Amino acid sequence: MTASLSPLASATADRRDRYLQTLALVLQAALPQDLPLTDLRRRAAAALQEQTFPSPRQEDWRFTDLSPLLALDLHPAPAVSDPDLPDWSDLGTPAVQLVLVNGHFCPALSRMEGLPPGAIAGSLRHLLNQPDLAPHFLPRLAQAPGQQEVFTALNSLGFADGVGLWVPPHLQVALPVQILHLTSAALEPQLAQPRSLVVVEAGSQLTLVEQYGGDGASPPVTNAVTEIWLESGAQIRHSRLQRQGQESFHLGKTAVMQGVDSQYAGTALHLGGRLNRHDWQVYQTGPQTTTQLQSLALLRGEQHSDTHSLVALGHPHGQVEQRHRAIVDNRAHSVFNGRIVVPQAAQFTNASQLNRNLLLSNQARVDTKPQLEIVADNVKCAHGATVSQLQADQIFYLQSRGISARQAQRLLIYAFAMDILQTLPLAPLRDRLSATLADWRG
Amino acid sequence: MINPNSDLILSVNNLHASVDGVEILKGLNLEVRAGEIHAIMGLNGSGKSTFSKVLAGHPDYQVTAGAVHFQGRDLLELAPHDRATAGIFLAFQYPLEIPGVSNRDFLRVACNAHRQARGQDELDVFDFDDLLEEKLGVVKMEAAFLDRSVNEGFSGGEKKRNEILQMALLEPTLAILDETDSGLDIDALKTVAQGVNQLATPDNAIILITHYQRLLNYIVPDYVHVMAHGQIITTGDLSLAQQLEERGYDWLLAAHPLEVAA
Repeated sequence: MTASLSPLASATADRRDRYLQTLALVLQAALPQDLPLTDLRRRAAAALQEQTFPSPRQEDWRFTDLSPLLALDLHPAPAVSDPDLPDWSDLGTPAVQLVLVNGHFCPALSRMEGLPPGAIAGSLRHLLNQPDLAPHFLPRLAQAPGQQEVFTALNSLGFADGVGLWVPPHLQVALPVQILHLTSAALEPQLAQPRSLVVVEAGSQLTLVEQYGGDGASPPVTNAVTEIWLESGAQIRHSRLQRQGQESFHLGKTAVMQGVDSQYAGTALHLGGRLNRHDWQVYQTGPQTTTQLQSLALLRGEQHSDTHSLVALGHPHGQVEQRHRAIVDNRAHSVFNGRIVVPQAAQFTNASQLNRNLLLSNQARVDTKPQLEIVADNVKCAHGATVSQLQADQIFYLQSRGISARQAQRLLIYAFAMDILQTLPLAPLRDRLSATLADWRG
Repeated sequence: MINPNSDLILSVNNLHASVDGVEILKGLNLEVRAGEIHAIMGLNGSGKSTFSKVLAGHPDYQVTAGAVHFQGRDLLELAPHDRATAGIFLAFQYPLEIPGVSNRDFLRVACNAHRQARGQDELDVFDFDDLLEEKLGVVKMEAAFLDRSVNEGFSGGEKKRNEILQMALLEPTLAILDETDSGLDIDALKTVAQGVNQLATPDNAIILITHYQRLLNYIVPDYVHVMAHGQIITTGDLSLAQQLEERGYDWLLAAHPLEVAA
């Protein structure tokens, strides 16, 4: 690919190289020295040296242009003491709450009450430094595939802290656990890199909520990595809400390792940010797994949101159900790339993927690419993608019942989104979001 | 019920309307008074359904000439939802499906839009459910239909019953039933007709648009109009419908060739 670059293109490529290497140096200079992660940091630095900052010339970044980031002289975001918690952080139901501000764990705002005996939760940095607790985390940290990807490697190179959560075998965690990621207002461009590791041991169950929020005068950049390990028969209901301010850049990865008979039910909502990218990767490590990926992007103005998902099977009898929906208004842009890999070993896989997009303006844009790679011959795999507008006949039908055109549009948008919203397991959160949604378009 | 002294509800004068530049209605005249039931019959393409959509304000149809007054107001000036809250109800020939919106929510929003337009307080969920419970009986509908998406997966008969349920709830002054009998088996037809008959009062009026005389055995009209080439070409009573059933439309069309409006 680099063989025939024009002079102009290679100048841009140089600029991207320089940017990435400079950023790596800045991160290394600021590294906390007290973590047993020398190998991980070294591997990440080596991975970065061989790469350039992503450009739309790369297939994985074809529709998502990160050029605006190149103008930002990023520095690691500092710890901030005890900011106010935003209203939306309250789940409306008792929960264990782990708060990160700028990627730094904030004990004063965190609440551990309700965490069952035997379960471990807290600052990942702290946990990695406890010789008796680190063995729950260290052997799994950064062990999911995909560590060489640029933003994952940047996170591995530079993260200062994050959340560690370990659920022992055969335990149902009754209360939901929330990981709250906040960025603080700052005058200069800052990079927050939270790293979280969640381990649910055999036969255990957990409801996990991750929320990302915050904004600032200078656009905050978040590069978050969350790794989730589900051992045999473990179940997790995972809600991930990205509701950062309209100027924010959000790069996020969720990597899920799924053991035999485990169940992962994830719902991801992309509501905020100027530029949002979510890499959602699920790796099957044993047979008979159940995977549900539900996601919704609600975009207006100049917002850009890109969901790149990967479900990599490798064992028989996997069940995968994926639905991604986007509602795109004004000049916003939604990108969906949904890859499901079914190799020969993954016989009797049953997978379905459906992407539906609702365009509300002539200038809104959607790029969608279902990507099913099927080698196994005894499988059921279905996929579909649609792009549509509000149906004039449906609006007229509602109008003929006394409902104004504007209210009719809101009702139809609401209905389109509710299909995904209703998969959120926590009713108070679901209700609050549906109320927000009713006013979304004004 | 004909009462020449009752209020004039609808008055249509020389109505011309087009869709995509093609004129469909070519000088239609009609007067409807409170308490009356009118049937409009005619072959496919005669303009019956176009007339119903023009009255409801469908944006695909342009009125090019003529006037329509509803209870003295210029109907053509009103947006579709204002026509609805003013008292016009169109039961659709093909009711739309609205996936993701529960029938119950849809009915409550519609009912409250009407209440708001009349200056009444909106009903809360509980009061509305009581009202709805009462109306369900009119069309013998199971409550389970309320929690499904609007018309989604409903059979033809269920969709039509759902239309009449909406009519029962919204209590229109003028209900226009567009081919409500099409696609109904005899039991469903009877249920729908009984529902409509319960809703007919001396203060409101009903226009039945139908192809066949069958419906008129169950909802007896005061007037039967025959439409052809965008006009009402003749008006009679129930015996006209019976004649059409026996003799077809040809003899009537032969007697009323298309007149070019003078």
